[in-house]
Amino acid sequence: MNTDKLIIGKKEFNSRFILGSGKFSLEMTKTVIENAEIEMATLALRRANNAGSENILNYIPKGITLLPNTSGARNAQEAVRIARLAREIGCGDFVKVEVIHDSKYLLPDNYETAKATEMLAKENFIVMPYMYPDLNAARDMVNAGAAAIMPLGAPIGSNKGLLTKDFIKILIDEISLPIIVDAGIGRPSQACEAMEMGCSAVMANTAVATAKNVALMARAFKLAIEAGRSAYLAGLGRVLDYKAEASSPLTDFLQD
Amino acid sequence: MQLRATNHMQYQDGMEKISSDIMDKVINGRKEYDYSIYTKKDVLNTLAKEFISVEDFKILLSPAAESFLNDMAHKAKLETMKHFGNSVCMFTPLYIANYCENYCVYCGFNCSNKINRAKLSYDEIEKEMKTISETGLREILILTGEAKKASSVEYIGEAVKIAKKYFSTIGLEIYPLNTDEYAFLQKCGADFVSVYQETYNTDKYEELHLRGPKRIYPYRINAQERAILGGMRGVAFGSLLGLDDFRKDAFAAGLHAYLIQQKYPHAEISFSFPRLRPFINIKEKRPNDVHETQLLQVMLAYRLFMPFAGITISTRERAGFRDNVIGMCATKISAGVSVGVGGHSEKEKGDEQFEISDPRSVKEVFDSITEKGLQPVFTDYVRV
Amino acid sequence: MKFNGKEILLEKDVILSEFLKTMGYDASVIAVEINYEIIPKAEYDKTLIHNSDTMEVVNFVGGG
Repeated sequence: MNTDKLIIGKKEFNSRFILGSGKFSLEMTKTVIENAEIEMATLALRRANNAGSENILNYIPKGITLLPNTSGARNAQEAVRIARLAREIGCGDFVKVEVIHDSKYLLPDNYETAKATEMLAKENFIVMPYMYPDLNAARDMVNAGAAAIMPLGAPIGSNKGLLTKDFIKILIDEISLPIIVDAGIGRPSQACEAMEMGCSAVMANTAVATAKNVALMARAFKLAIEAGRSAYLAGLGRVLDYKAEASSPLTDFLQD
Repeated sequence: MQLRATNHMQYQDGMEKISSDIMDKVINGRKEYDYSIYTKKDVLNTLAKEFISVEDFKILLSPAAESFLNDMAHKAKLETMKHFGNSVCMFTPLYIANYCENYCVYCGFNCSNKINRAKLSYDEIEKEMKTISETGLREILILTGEAKKASSVEYIGEAVKIAKKYFSTIGLEIYPLNTDEYAFLQKCGADFVSVYQETYNTDKYEELHLRGPKRIYPYRINAQERAILGGMRGVAFGSLLGLDDFRKDAFAAGLHAYLIQQKYPHAEISFSFPRLRPFINIKEKRPNDVHETQLLQVMLAYRLFMPFAGITISTRERAGFRDNVIGMCATKISAGVSVGVGGHSEKEKGDEQFEISDPRSVKEVFDSITEKGLQPVFTDYVRV
Repeated sequence: MKFNGKEILLEKDVILSEFLKTMGYDASVIAVEINYEIIPKAEYDKTLIHNSDTMEVVNFVGGG
């Protein structure tokens, strides 16, 4: 039995692969969730203009935790409004706070994100802020009541991988909440590396959605994330970088 | 008449109680620390890591790590270089009083010892400080015994104000205070506070601190947090190694500092490592004995666990030890030290707390730092 | 009234639940906001909408 659970809020997960559900056909969403044994998937909220059209909720198997995001929000107030609407649809208290008012690079606004996190946590949402991996801002998120921290690995949709690796490591070292890399992960090997480093989960979307064989790529991510997690738990073996001059004695002076 | 022992875990009147879970975490952490479970393999894996976690710190303090001192030293030296470059801060302590109302069974100042008690007048303080500043030093650590009546907060405040005329960095090693008292001394010009818990083992602490306000464990352990809340820039931690299980006490002091750093990321953290010297003529090795090997292991473990923290090396250690640990793990060294009351400008007025092993003058220590290719620093920081 | 950002004409006041049914919405998968106030699902049968209202109806779509 798997005893290594991911815990967010008070909920336990076996899967550490959070799926972003954008850019898939509805049918494919279902296939991907099944192939990758996904337990949590993000959703976005939009105006329902075509009343009769098919609803994505029909393609997400029961039991999957839905993580509505606040994409489209340009400030804290808008994020809060979107989160409240999402909760009203009736899919639980989880929310991924995403506040972007930079339409060129689509980088998250940490300050507004912290404000939204604080407001939503007070309303008993389980808040997972998406942020640029800045230690001080991450501490603000913790103080604001976040349930997990979602730092970006690289600009969203860029598939460039863990460009912010050193800063994410600092978050892992300093922040006691789950650290979930979100955005930028382009390959299973990068997801694996994030997990080896000690991230608690990885979120991916574009990398899966743009693969030639989407279902197979979803499976590949699942396996890579599990491999990385196992490696982290096993404790990485030594990579000796300080050893070069360690043969010279530094402790000869001791007199016991 | 039989004296009823004061409950050492209970605050007394006038002692400010802050809301903090740090004490419980430290006591539990110490209790749970079992250093016997670690192996050589654990040590090697830890040494290969970029960030040293609390778990890794436990490994580095374990007996298993003792045989990897040289590897630890190399890694520590790199970390010290990374964070402090070549600089080594120099300072001197000044005891302005040695009155003490505590009865700590191990201490030379304890209130039942018949030693010469003294307290410097403001003129004497000024004279001492002027003399010290003429050696070039710009950092001073003001010490008193722990007696609030004899050496009041106002008295210490005046001493700090005098120190401000001659020094750019002023530290205090005095009895624990309330937040508002720390704030007062900070306004007077002090920025750093050292309080040593001696031992973090609550039972042992009770046995060793028989009387006086120091007996109250929680008030002492929360002193650093109150100092920070009072506006102090930095706080120092330490335990008197050898009083109890030194590995556990070293771990507890490190964990204490770590938790404070997590809660107050802006606070500057430093450590000091006084030890009880093992009796020389005892043949069998006792596990609590802290020889130079164990002392160095503790210092190296702290450097690796908190690469950014200051580490002070005391004159209780001999020159040969001190000269070798600066640049490797220690970042601060005292010089021209007198541990009696006064003693810099004129003959000391009161007796000493302990004996020093490195009596070298400021100039001698300066030269020996330079000789090692390191850079002695008098002013590390300017107060604005 | 203003409905999802577009002007439409509401000739007389109607009950929200009926309005949604007429428009073809499945009430279980949407959320409704009238004049920037969220209307709880339980209130759909009691809420009257007017031509002066601003109304938003949202649902989930795929998104990262």
